[in-house]
Amino acid sequence: QAEFHNLQELRHSPSLVTKVFIQRDYSEGTVCRFQTKFPSELDNRIERTLLEETVKTLNSYYAEAEKIGGQSYLEGCLACATAYIIFLCMETRYEKVLRKISSYIQEQNEKIYAPRGLLLTDPIERGMRVLEISVFEDRGSGGSSPSSTMSSGSSAR
Amino acid sequence: MRECEYSQISTRSSTPMETPYKKRTPKKRKWETFPGRNKFYCDGRIMMAKQTGVFYLTLVLILVTCGLFFTFDCPYLALHLTPVIPVIGGVLFLFVLGTLLRTSFSDPGVLPRATPDEAADLERQIDVANGSTGYRPPPRTKEVVINGQTVKLKYCFTCKIFRPPRASHCSLCDNCVERFDHHCPWVGNCVGRRNYRFFYMFILSLSFLTIFIFAFVITHIILRSHRNGFLTALKDSPARYPFTAQPWLVVCFFSVWSIVGLSGFHTYLISSNQTTNEDIKGSWSSKRGKDNYNPYSYGNIFTNCCAALCGPLPPSLIDRRGFIESDAPQLAPPANGITMYGATQSQQSHMVSLYTVS
Repeated sequence: QAEFHNLQELRHSPSLVTKVFIQRDYSEGTVCRFQTKFPSELDNRIERTLLEETVKTLNSYYAEAEKIGGQSYLEGCLACATAYIIFLCMETRYEKVLRKISSYIQEQNEKIYAPRGLLLTDPIERGMRVLEISVFEDRGSGGSSPSSTMSSGSSAR
Repeated sequence: MRECEYSQISTRSSTPMETPYKKRTPKKRKWETFPGRNKFYCDGRIMMAKQTGVFYLTLVLILVTCGLFFTFDCPYLALHLTPVIPVIGGVLFLFVLGTLLRTSFSDPGVLPRATPDEAADLERQIDVANGSTGYRPPPRTKEVVINGQTVKLKYCFTCKIFRPPRASHCSLCDNCVERFDHHCPWVGNCVGRRNYRFFYMFILSLSFLTIFIFAFVITHIILRSHRNGFLTALKDSPARYPFTAQPWLVVCFFSVWSIVGLSGFHTYLISSNQTTNEDIKGSWSSKRGKDNYNPYSYGNIFTNCCAALCGPLPPSLIDRRGFIESDAPQLAPPANGITMYGATQSQQSHMVSLYTVS
């Protein structure tokens, strides 16, 4: 019965084909930024504009987290004055933005990437080195991605 | 602390047949399998370098010096001058101790090593770029232009990543550290992006503390000498107050100047936004070339200082208290010669849950 469960799993769960990594873009210094260059392996899996939009939004979130300005100075001075004990009860601005990012990535996965058989991994889980995109086998014939159903529909005519 | 948990759809553990074969191993935290040469305490909350002997020496020196000061000099000074002196001394002492512990125990900004998939992907990209077929590959570097200055990014063979700018690999801790300043044995840890401000606060407050103690010990001797004369007081004091013996004072004098000197050096580094590493190598010195300048500097001293000391504190990237997810790599049947990677249990279950949602 254990084997039956395995086969069922293989049949219904998608198998991983490859992983595409979007590397960091250091042209603006050490601030966290990912390259907006579109990886060629995803050419027929997702539209360029969608991925570029996701990466640009992520970059803006990271820029917001690392921005030095009025609010960050206030937080830094307050923290120093309380000998950093305040961070035991309060969350840093960076952590707040990271939570926003992880919910954004989850939302993007549900709406855009999973229907196309892709999965984004939050960069924080990869030490902020890369934006990992797992590519699963295309179940376009199953009708999960809208583009393939349209093409199969048009070819039938 | 973020707790990221994938909902694992367990399709196996329900069957009674499976349980005798599946061993229940206790869940391990990530710090237990950390690849670098670090020591962890308090179930991963505290992180230090491997050699901590000198750190304990630092702690003992500070505690003994302050202990002697509070025991032998403060009662006299509080009585004859003002009780504010021990209060200020106490505040300084606590601040020094707090910043020291914070510097020593926190993650300096260690970059976690690349996962096997990432490393393989990078290797493939490098091979494509070099066109190498079995020859020994040349040293792997990438060039990037930051703020008009060309910076070389080196590939780290241990961590299997291209080091971000300003990062360096610490040979003592065997980790790549972001904005690596130096490895400080006195503090028992590397000084990097995440603990540089604590380190600076530590040496700055220690400078004030040592000058404070030194000044008031001298004051104490002078006040006592009003009765007997300065030299007799200096001779008598060691018998009753061992802390005021001449060799001690000489040692104190030199240690004060070395700590004050170090604070001054780091103040210069902060105001020019350089790391000790860069300064020693002369990375941005004008001696290297007429157009050589520091691309990370914000242009003025005030902004540089604010950025280093009051900038946002990034979280630790190594997640040392997180649990290791049980990876059960499954070999999918190969098709069309495309390399199939074994998906982890969590990814598969995550994918399944997303598919059912959409």
